[in-house]
Amino acid sequence: MTTFIEWVSAAFIIVGAVFLFVGSFGLAKLPDTMRRLHGPTKATTLGIGALLIASMLYFVLLRQAAGFHELLITLFLFLTAPVTANMIAKAHIFRNKKLQEDLPLAARGTGWATLTGSVDSQDNRT
Amino acid sequence: MITAACSFAMIAISASILLNIFRLIVGPDVTDRILALDTMVINAIGLIILAGITFGTTMYFEAALLFAMVGFVSTVAFCKFLLRGNVIE
Repeated sequence: MTTFIEWVSAAFIIVGAVFLFVGSFGLAKLPDTMRRLHGPTKATTLGIGALLIASMLYFVLLRQAAGFHELLITLFLFLTAPVTANMIAKAHIFRNKKLQEDLPLAARGTGWATLTGSVDSQDNRT
Repeated sequence: MITAACSFAMIAISASILLNIFRLIVGPDVTDRILALDTMVINAIGLIILAGITFGTTMYFEAALLFAMVGFVSTVAFCKFLLRGNVIE
C-alpha cells in the first residue's frame, strides 16, 4: 500500500512539473501577447494543482500530517488565475490602439468601460 | 521513488524559470513582462512545494501561501497602474 501511494504521488509530481514546463514554454514561444496569455493561465494552473495534490497525498497518507494548507493554496491559485488573465488582457487592449479599432460595440452603446471609464467615473472625473 | 520524481520536477521547473526570464528580458511590451513575472511566481510556488516534499516538512506551505498572495496582489497592482495611472484611486 505504501509503495502504491508513493508511485501515485510520484506520478502526480511528474505530471505537474511537465505541465508547468509546457506553460512556460508556451509563454516563451507563442507569437503575440493574447496568445501568450493561454500558456501560463491554463497549463501552469493545472500543473500547480497536480503538484499540490501530490503533496497532499504524500503528507496525509504517508506522514500522517495535517494537509489543509495545500487546499488553501489550491483554492487561492484557482480563484486568482482568471482574474490575473483578465487584468492583463485589459491592460494589453488599453495600450494597443490597433486592437481597439477591431473591438465590437458594447451592449449599451456607451463604449468599453476599460477604454473610456464607466459612466459614473466619467461624471466624477476632475 | 519520490526523491527521483522530485529531482526531475526541480530540473523541469528550473528550466521553465529560465524560459520565463528569457520572456522577461525579451518581451516586446510591458504586459508580456508582467505575465512573465506572474508565471515566475507560480513556478517559485512549485519549487517551494517540492522542497517541502523533499525535506519532509510542512513548514514551507506558509511561505507558498504568502508567495501566492503577494504575487496576485503585485500583478493586479501593475495592471491597475497601467490601466488608470494610479493604483488606489
